[in-house]
Amino acid sequence: MEKTNHGFDRREFLKGTSAIAGASAVGTLAPLGLARAQGAKLRVGLMLPYTGTYTPLGVAITNGFKLAVEERGGKLGGREIEYFVVDDESNPGKAPENTNKLIQRDKVDVLIGTVHSGVAMGMAKIARESGVLWLNTNAGADDVTGPLCAPNIFRTSFSNWQTTYPLGKVLKAKGYNNAVFITWKYAAGEEMLRGFREGFEKEGGKLTKELYLPFPQVEFQALLTEIASIKPDAVVSFFAGVGAGKFLKDYAASGLKGKIPLYGNGFLTDGVLEAIGDAAEGVETTLHYGDNLNVPKDKAFRLAYAKAWKLQPDVYAVQGYDAGQLLAAGLDAVKGDISNKAGVIKAMESAKIDSPRGAWTLSKAHNPVQDIYLRKVVGNQNVVQSVAWKALADPARGCKA
Amino acid sequence: MDFAFFLIQLLNGLQYGLLLFLVASGLTLIFGIMGIINLAHGSFYMLGAYLAWSLASLTGSLAAAIALGIPLTVLFGMALEWLLVRRLYDRDHLFQVLLTYGLILVFEEIRSILWGDDMHGVPVPALLNASIPLTDNLSYPVYRLFISGVCLLLAYGLYLLIKKTRLGMMIRAGASNRDMVQSLGINIKFIYTLVFAVGVALAGFAGMINAPLSSVFPNMGGHVLIICFVVVVIGGIGSVKGAMAASLMIGLADTFGQVLVPEMAGMIVYLLMAVVLIWRPAGLFGRA
Repeated sequence: MEKTNHGFDRREFLKGTSAIAGASAVGTLAPLGLARAQGAKLRVGLMLPYTGTYTPLGVAITNGFKLAVEERGGKLGGREIEYFVVDDESNPGKAPENTNKLIQRDKVDVLIGTVHSGVAMGMAKIARESGVLWLNTNAGADDVTGPLCAPNIFRTSFSNWQTTYPLGKVLKAKGYNNAVFITWKYAAGEEMLRGFREGFEKEGGKLTKELYLPFPQVEFQALLTEIASIKPDAVVSFFAGVGAGKFLKDYAASGLKGKIPLYGNGFLTDGVLEAIGDAAEGVETTLHYGDNLNVPKDKAFRLAYAKAWKLQPDVYAVQGYDAGQLLAAGLDAVKGDISNKAGVIKAMESAKIDSPRGAWTLSKAHNPVQDIYLRKVVGNQNVVQSVAWKALADPARGCKA
Repeated sequence: MDFAFFLIQLLNGLQYGLLLFLVASGLTLIFGIMGIINLAHGSFYMLGAYLAWSLASLTGSLAAAIALGIPLTVLFGMALEWLLVRRLYDRDHLFQVLLTYGLILVFEEIRSILWGDDMHGVPVPALLNASIPLTDNLSYPVYRLFISGVCLLLAYGLYLLIKKTRLGMMIRAGASNRDMVQSLGINIKFIYTLVFAVGVALAGFAGMINAPLSSVFPNMGGHVLIICFVVVVIGGIGSVKGAMAASLMIGLADTFGQVLVPEMAGMIVYLLMAVVLIWRPAGLFGRA
């Protein structure tokens, strides 16, 4: 906002807003501090977004995790759980402070979170320094299980690379030889693009143009016109949430839909279908989860989740649930003795997680080795068509641990 | 880029510019004429969009939703001015920033309580739900052209109101010297209430008419707020003509920036602002 305040005093403006930010931060401290010092429960820190755009994701992950704990009688490795909750607001600037709140003040044994990759990078740094066990439940930044990998850092979701790499094979199998990629110009978008380019070029395809929009702008008209003039065989995209919904609508309204097929990773069509009518009908995407998945565990999970939370689960709920399952595997092996960190880590590394998305194991860098599905939008669902890539492992470039 | 696509991009740029003007016009009035730094302008835009969504689902028609929504936003604006904003005219800008920033938080919370945190789509009215084919694979949604037409009409209407009517004269006089106008026997308090209400209604209207294109979602006002301030500052504070020129410039710069220099697309608008302000520190049509 500093850029726009010609005509009034910038310093006063900043003073005003920072005073408000400070006041609201103090407000959140008090109630959390009260829950301290209650015997030998396992201290689990949940650092997730509970305000802002990513609120539903934070809630789904929390619900999923708690469901996994409840299914084990409210205990992991025989120990009861005490939760410490911090709203990270998806604000990377507050990530170190929020992480330290949980680690230093609340002395948590395990850190669970988060959604936003920028926040996760901050958590990764502190997790590496402190050695606290960290289960990353969503943020897909490749670096977390790449250069930043560490024995105590685990991920139960995906790497950005993993979600788009299989698309190259999918496109080539349909006979498409060239494609353009459109996304926001920020770290996640660029990682998804690189994953796709690598997979597509390996199959002999050619990425003819990279189209970028400043994050989080949603005025797509200029780039859609550019796509129409390039006339590629296919368009591949990464957008998420509100931006994804608008992109799908604009793509259909511009007349490109039906002329140039649109692909993306699953974030393009997850959680937006009800709001956009039939604009996305038939769009195919890749992700590690989907609807109508023929996995018995998935049916049981969906039923239990709906019963417990009166909500339908989504991919984020699955990632939270699997974090609970993975942690249980580690703690069961040491009978709840978290001080035996090496034992916990070893058990988690060799665990086979019976997940609603299908069973998975961990790679050496602690990222899931999992099936990536090809899904197609039918009505309000992302119906699984086939397995796009069986047991895909992230290459974990730069991981030296 | 061949000539046909150049023309289409030109159309894209102008169309985006007109849309910006629609959103920024209310801010031009409130910030430019009344001198109130209204950070909550984006929230009025959001409230308008949510009103359009809920009223359109109730009545089944966006036109009816807008017809109901505009009087509601005018009343809402008047009430807000009467309750809160009028206490700020004699105060420092910092108080205005504090109050209107607080209003953003309050409105977001009200939105969350009333309408929830989900994203919603608003269907394009059936009459305008068509596309005009431009090339073999690209067509232009009629609704976008319709919005452009509405923006042009609105701009002309605002221009007439401020430059050619007696009320407009009083508004302009009030902007340059409030006390003098008051002592001439004009009820300046009421005029300010009115201007503020019109500003709020314009933001609300922009949210309503744009809802089928933008969809309706939490914090949607934050996205437009900054660009609105850029428009007002480039155009020159208080100038409707300037806001129009600035909107079109930004629309074109942004469109061609994305296509020609994609690496710098995020900066182009701000570069433009910097250049304009070096050249004319008071903005294009502002009085220094």
